[in-house]
Amino acid sequence: MENKVLENKRKYMNPYLAGFLLGLVIIFAFYYTGRGLGASGAIKSAVVASVDAVAHNHALASEFYAPYASKEESPLSSWLVFEIIGVMIGALISGIIAGRLKLKVEHSPKISSKTRLIMAILGGVLFGIGSQLGRGCTSGAALTGMATLSTAGFVSMLAIFGTGYTFAWFFRKFWI
Amino acid sequence: MGPLIPNEIIGANWDFLIALLVGIGFGYILERAGFSSSRKLAGVFYGYDFVVLRVFFTAAITAAFGLYYFQYFEWIDLSMIYINPLYLTSTLIGGVIMGFGFIIGGYCPGTSVCGAMIGKIDAMVFIGGIFLGIFFYGETYELLWKKIYLDNFLGAPLVFDSLGISNALFILGLSIAALLAFWITAQIPKFVKRVDY
Repeated sequence: MENKVLENKRKYMNPYLAGFLLGLVIIFAFYYTGRGLGASGAIKSAVVASVDAVAHNHALASEFYAPYASKEESPLSSWLVFEIIGVMIGALISGIIAGRLKLKVEHSPKISSKTRLIMAILGGVLFGIGSQLGRGCTSGAALTGMATLSTAGFVSMLAIFGTGYTFAWFFRKFWI
Repeated sequence: MGPLIPNEIIGANWDFLIALLVGIGFGYILERAGFSSSRKLAGVFYGYDFVVLRVFFTAAITAAFGLYYFQYFEWIDLSMIYINPLYLTSTLIGGVIMGFGFIIGGYCPGTSVCGAMIGKIDAMVFIGGIFLGIFFYGETYELLWKKIYLDNFLGAPLVFDSLGISNALFILGLSIAALLAFWITAQIPKFVKRVDY
């Protein structure tokens, strides 16, 4: 076990170095395009594209979908979609280098895979709703928002992590 | 002077290529730092692994330093970059909902993409959940969310203006706070039960 922990440690990048490099990526993004990172936006594009493909008139009648569905080009032709394709490529490259590619359900030994998957889908649903209401997720609203020193970024970060810490105790058996 | 594409110094055709490159950097670093593991991420809430706090704060401070120095040297016009608008009610409620999503699901959207790419089935399911959540939000937008979404709009303020201090003083304060947080959180794992994952 001790060896396994050590081995994992070696395979992970030093967090401060990772943070510094991530900061440089954010600067690069702003310097070239005037915008930062994001993640939930690409999934929103996928939702809009799906709804638009299945029920075009319904999409046009909705205040939520219409701004994207009424355009000439596909909702998938967006900056954030290309960015998230990049995230997929980057994560895959890293996973291959570190030898971490493995199909599995990761969970605490105290819960079953099934419980973990139910929790994962529930958490995803909440993140889907919250990211729309909060105009972005941890990447776009909190991290990028803080990088530009926007008040919204700090409020968002405090709300996300404040809630996490406040309620962590109630969900401890799912993790520790 | 940057931002280069909005300033038409390089063509808009480059926009999607830059997006792809930025994404590759983002995804590579997240996975490399261990953000593809929900149990590693959840460690920040239980005191057994603070990688989230370390990466997150170092990245935000590095980027803030860089952007404001770029402005000082007149390499970038920060009035042209995207500043998140502050709708106080929805930012807070959205953040609280996401906080629950994080502690229940163990991922956030960006990290779940990284997890899914290296084969974490729970991360793939989490992404399915995000899709359903956004779909639910979209279908109920006018009915449930629209009023909250648009309530309490306060423009797009910058945090040092909100606090009434200079940007340099704020960044200095934030850096000191981060260093303190790094030091304190480095002590915490000695006092909590070790979790192997």
